[in-house]
Amino acid sequence: MPLVENGQIVQDRYTYVGDEEPIPERVPVIVPAQRFLAEADALIRRDGSLGVGWPNDRRIGELAPWLGHLALVALKFPKFRDGRAYSQARLLRETYRFRGTLRATGDVLRDQFHFLIRAGFDSFEVKKPADAHAFAEAANRYSVVYQPSADGRTPALRRRVTATATESADAIDTAKR
Amino acid sequence: MYIYDAFDRRLLAERVVDFRDQVSRRLSGELSEEEFKPLRLMNGVYLQLHAYMLRIAIPYGTLSTLQLRKLAEIARKYDRGYGHFTTRQNIQFHWIKLAELPDAMAELAAVGMHGMQTSGNNVRNITTDQWAGVAPDEIEDPRIWAELIRQHVTLHPEFSFMPRKFKIAVGASHHDRAALRIHDMALRLHRNAAGEAGFEVMVGGGLGRTPYLAQTIKPLLPKRDVLSYVEAVLRTYNQFGRRDNIWKARIKILVHDLGAEAFAKEVEAEWQSIRDGALALEPAMVADIAGRFRYPNYATLDDGPPELAAARRGDRAFDVWLSNCVTNHKMLGYAIATLSLKPEGGTPGDCTAAQMDKLADLADRYSFGEVRVGHEQNLALPHVAQRDLPALWRELGAIGLARTNVNLVSDIISCPGLDYCSLANARSIPIAQEITRRFHDLDRQRNLGRLHINISGCINACGHHHVGHIGILGVEKNGEEFYQITLGGKADENATLGTLIGPAVPYAQVADVVEDIAAAYLDLRDKPNELFIDTVKRVGIEPFRERVYAAR
Repeated sequence: MPLVENGQIVQDRYTYVGDEEPIPERVPVIVPAQRFLAEADALIRRDGSLGVGWPNDRRIGELAPWLGHLALVALKFPKFRDGRAYSQARLLRETYRFRGTLRATGDVLRDQFHFLIRAGFDSFEVKKPADAHAFAEAANRYSVVYQPSADGRTPALRRRVTATATESADAIDTAKR
Repeated sequence: MYIYDAFDRRLLAERVVDFRDQVSRRLSGELSEEEFKPLRLMNGVYLQLHAYMLRIAIPYGTLSTLQLRKLAEIARKYDRGYGHFTTRQNIQFHWIKLAELPDAMAELAAVGMHGMQTSGNNVRNITTDQWAGVAPDEIEDPRIWAELIRQHVTLHPEFSFMPRKFKIAVGASHHDRAALRIHDMALRLHRNAAGEAGFEVMVGGGLGRTPYLAQTIKPLLPKRDVLSYVEAVLRTYNQFGRRDNIWKARIKILVHDLGAEAFAKEVEAEWQSIRDGALALEPAMVADIAGRFRYPNYATLDDGPPELAAARRGDRAFDVWLSNCVTNHKMLGYAIATLSLKPEGGTPGDCTAAQMDKLADLADRYSFGEVRVGHEQNLALPHVAQRDLPALWRELGAIGLARTNVNLVSDIISCPGLDYCSLANARSIPIAQEITRRFHDLDRQRNLGRLHINISGCINACGHHHVGHIGILGVEKNGEEFYQITLGGKADENATLGTLIGPAVPYAQVADVVEDIAAAYLDLRDKPNELFIDTVKRVGIEPFRERVYAAR
């Protein structure tokens, strides 16, 4: 399953460890939520980047005290149409100001990229290789957004009232032609 | 009329490109039908019994004549020469080919129309009072707020994959013509005793298998906070709404299970953390959207011009049409004319391409180029000079749109039912057709007065049967169509769910039962002007039950 970061297919630096396995030193790991919460004090003192895999049916606020110690949070899309992790992602980015890597895992397909990026994800475990290759095109499909979100893009509502000569609605129209 | 600007047009154009790509991946087999389904649904494309169906949003029920002519063209070019207006200010085309859908959407986008979010588990088309902007009793035009919310929820990064669909309605009048309390969320603009304007926020309404009326969780939300509050409600629902059972996934179940108070508390906590952020509306933003609505340049006229009085005296049919179908306008000398899409023996809400084209011409001449679509599946011309009404009536008559039955027993709201819909258990349209034939005599209908019949072909309740004065629900029993009858429902400011009167009746008996109910009402009403719904409220359903089941 290809991993996309910064628009490129990359090798995954992280190793997933299960509930029982020993945790290797000095390599980046992703630990399941339950285990992380049970062993958090020890895990955050460990040498090496630490990530946690968080389920989509558990309040993301529980993770808030630990976010400063986490390099990565992996959120889950068990099915394409199960969108709970979009809310978790925005809460992490916008309410809890998480600045580490936010990874989308599970049923991650091309037609979610636009939504995922806007919700604050910057790492994508893509299910189909063809979708991973189409990432850049799918990610740049919309030049207009209607709402503020975790990606910091300026929504149309604000662009309209702050339109300058270079960014007036007419200029957009001209650029399109 | 909201005029799309370059941002709106560009987003729509990009959406068409996106959908064209999705369709081509489906046609090439790169996408399975299961993978394609949520994508097509986000664009209003259903797979029905016979073909794909395209549902197009008519935001807040306002159509320009340019748009209406485009709908006529779509009907001719891609469908079978007609369209079907729904109960949620949408129009449906039932016979479109998948490969042609992107072209149809590109043509619609050129006139600022689309099928985005008319289906799927996202925020659906925002609906309002079909008389918004012209109703004498509104405190301001609710469409400005509906448009702000429409933009905010369009392709929303967080709320495009919710547990289920989410329907929002906005009203700004004392009289509720938008059926607010049957919506997942409703916003009613009003003023408190101190004169401050704000929104009463209601959540958790919905019909279907488990009908609930929405409950008020915020009596007066400041206008600047409307987007942040919508966001907080949706965020709460998206995280905590049930996803394990499609029948329990609507927000009404979450609100019911948690209790409205606990739900409101959850929303409040979320809202407090975001209300002063990027979603707080600045006056310039609201003014910008308001400024994109075009209003007619009305002439200075007086109410009750002599031409009108003369026409009423001279032609009884005109006089009856006027009293049944024409309503007061907020401007002196103007009126709102409702056009019934409920012909005897016809399909409620259907309109032919020829009618659309001719109506567009009439709207250009008599209504400042604007047409409205209401949840009752009728159309309206919202700005007609009273002195023009006689001429308009004659021309509407020539295209079959001057029927007098608005709000009468044959003005039936109905879903498409088993004739089209893959979810239906029973037929709806033939039931409606038979009832209109039974009550074809207009004097008999007028004697019965205001009486709303709503028909749904399955428990999903697209025909809103729970809130019909007489509600008819199709069910399937051992492979046969049966119908449950409810009485006393209504969807206005005193919204009530109807009460089941007894065992379901077979298909062939439904029209007889409606006739029995009508006859019982005539016997039971205490005076000729006591409305059917008021009689039901006063006497209860028992006398109706007795009449209906005595002979069965």
